[in-house]
Amino acid sequence: MQRLRLNPAWVLIAPALVAIGVFFFLPVVAALALSFTDFDVYTVGDPTRLRLVGLANYRHLLAEPRFWTALGNTTYFVLVGGSLSVAVALGVALLVEARAVRLKALFRTVFLLPVVTTLVAVAVVWRFLYQPRFGLLNALLGRIGLPPIDWLGDPRWAMPALILLAVWKNFGFDTLIFSAGLQSIPPQVDEAARLDGAGAWQRLRRVTLPLLAPTLAFVGLITMIGYFQLFAEPYVMTQGGPADRTLSVALLMYEEGFRWWNLGTGSAIAFVLFAIVLGLTLLELRLRRAARGGAR
Amino acid sequence: MRRAPVVAAHVALGGLAALTLLPFVWMVGASFMASGEATTLPLHLLPRAPTLAQYRALLTRLDLGRCLLNSAGIAAAVTLAAVVLDSMAGYAFAKLRFAGRDRVFRLLLAALVIPGQVAMLPLFLLLRALGLVDTYAGVVVPGLASVFGIVLVRQYALGIPDAVLDAARVDGAGELRIYRSVALALSAPILVTLALFTFMGAWNDFMWPLIVLADRDRYTLPVALASLAGEHVQDVELMTAGAVLTVLPVVVLFLVLQRHYVAGVLAGGMKE
Repeated sequence: MQRLRLNPAWVLIAPALVAIGVFFFLPVVAALALSFTDFDVYTVGDPTRLRLVGLANYRHLLAEPRFWTALGNTTYFVLVGGSLSVAVALGVALLVEARAVRLKALFRTVFLLPVVTTLVAVAVVWRFLYQPRFGLLNALLGRIGLPPIDWLGDPRWAMPALILLAVWKNFGFDTLIFSAGLQSIPPQVDEAARLDGAGAWQRLRRVTLPLLAPTLAFVGLITMIGYFQLFAEPYVMTQGGPADRTLSVALLMYEEGFRWWNLGTGSAIAFVLFAIVLGLTLLELRLRRAARGGAR
Repeated sequence: MRRAPVVAAHVALGGLAALTLLPFVWMVGASFMASGEATTLPLHLLPRAPTLAQYRALLTRLDLGRCLLNSAGIAAAVTLAAVVLDSMAGYAFAKLRFAGRDRVFRLLLAALVIPGQVAMLPLFLLLRALGLVDTYAGVVVPGLASVFGIVLVRQYALGIPDAVLDAARVDGAGELRIYRSVALALSAPILVTLALFTFMGAWNDFMWPLIVLADRDRYTLPVALASLAGEHVQDVELMTAGAVLTVLPVVVLFLVLQRHYVAGVLAGGMKE
């Protein structure tokens, strides 16, 4: 009898593949399937009740005002919060990496601290910082003569408050990547522009930023993808309120799926989120390819 | 650079650093205050008479020490599993030849675009069928292996010279043996990075443990903290102490292993 000879490579990759396959790929495929069913709280108890409903969940979502609210809020958070994070990160990286700046290592460490800390913990802390009467933020505003703001209670301010927290929490991560991008630009390039008489602003606009463009595109993409998954901040700080103004797509999915056990609807929401993230990624890939083609 | 812009850059960075640190300073200060002091006007950052009362209450009355152990155990288990499974797979994808290797790897890469939340509803049903809801294992299993970790190790292992591996083969070592005694040792720096990222990710994770855990005794720190925050809306000092307990382990880990953290972010950031 011949012994079965297994390629040892498969022995090495099989455990990881099985784990990822069973606990990620399988559920993703199942989520797509679930989104075409009427899986709800009754089906949890009696699986024989499950029926295929085609695109009904998606149609229902499109007609549901709360879904559009959640999508609008999330888009607001992604566009405003994402751009702000990237802009702050870029500005800070340009400052930290400037040749004459001292204490670079210390600054890098400080800006990374919010990144590594637990989101739930800082959300709990920031909820107190935002407290209208004894919160630190309003105290600081008062110092410079501004009236107090009901950050998390005022429908107009709740989302900006979450954005401020997100920028504080995340900009250091993007700064780190920008710093690496800046360090990879050879100093001779900048020096040559300087010898040609270009001022600091001109060198930044005509030399540094164009060379940093691929990094900027990458950072923009991962920041947006991350921000689309907004969940813990509104869960801890506002529960989606006031008046649904901080209800995010992920929070709506959580509510539909795990509070009301509408797993069909919840899965449809999850797939809309997926479709948006996928669309953004493909768009970025295409833009990058076009940029490369144009450079040739 | 002339003098004035240099000074301005330092002032701007110093101001930003102070603003970045301010919430932490307030958090730590308030956690050592007596109940009610943090909301007494005028506001002050440092406790008038530092006290451990909040920490004592958390660890005794509210039994948060148990959650600390839960978090540590779960994060350690996820880290151990991910380091073993990801390093095996990452090394094989980088250095061994087998049919379908590139296709399987591309499929894994594609998974990076899928938000984790997409899998959560069916994953919950799956774990329910397996009897793993409201167990530690239920929190751990989705993190057993990660695409990110496999990619990270593969990228690093690509740099291992084939000559070293061939030399081991000539000496008669099998592939699994080579992985264990050669590849692992040569990949040690990236494994530290992977362990750090996995541990931090598991420690800080919120949504999945929130979904899968029901019994308070099994809560991880973030889940316990979120639940306490709902009940103790007014207890500023108590909640800040809870936040300090939650972030302290990851902050210390980060400060000690910062070099490896940076290496990991850049390895992920440089991929095209």
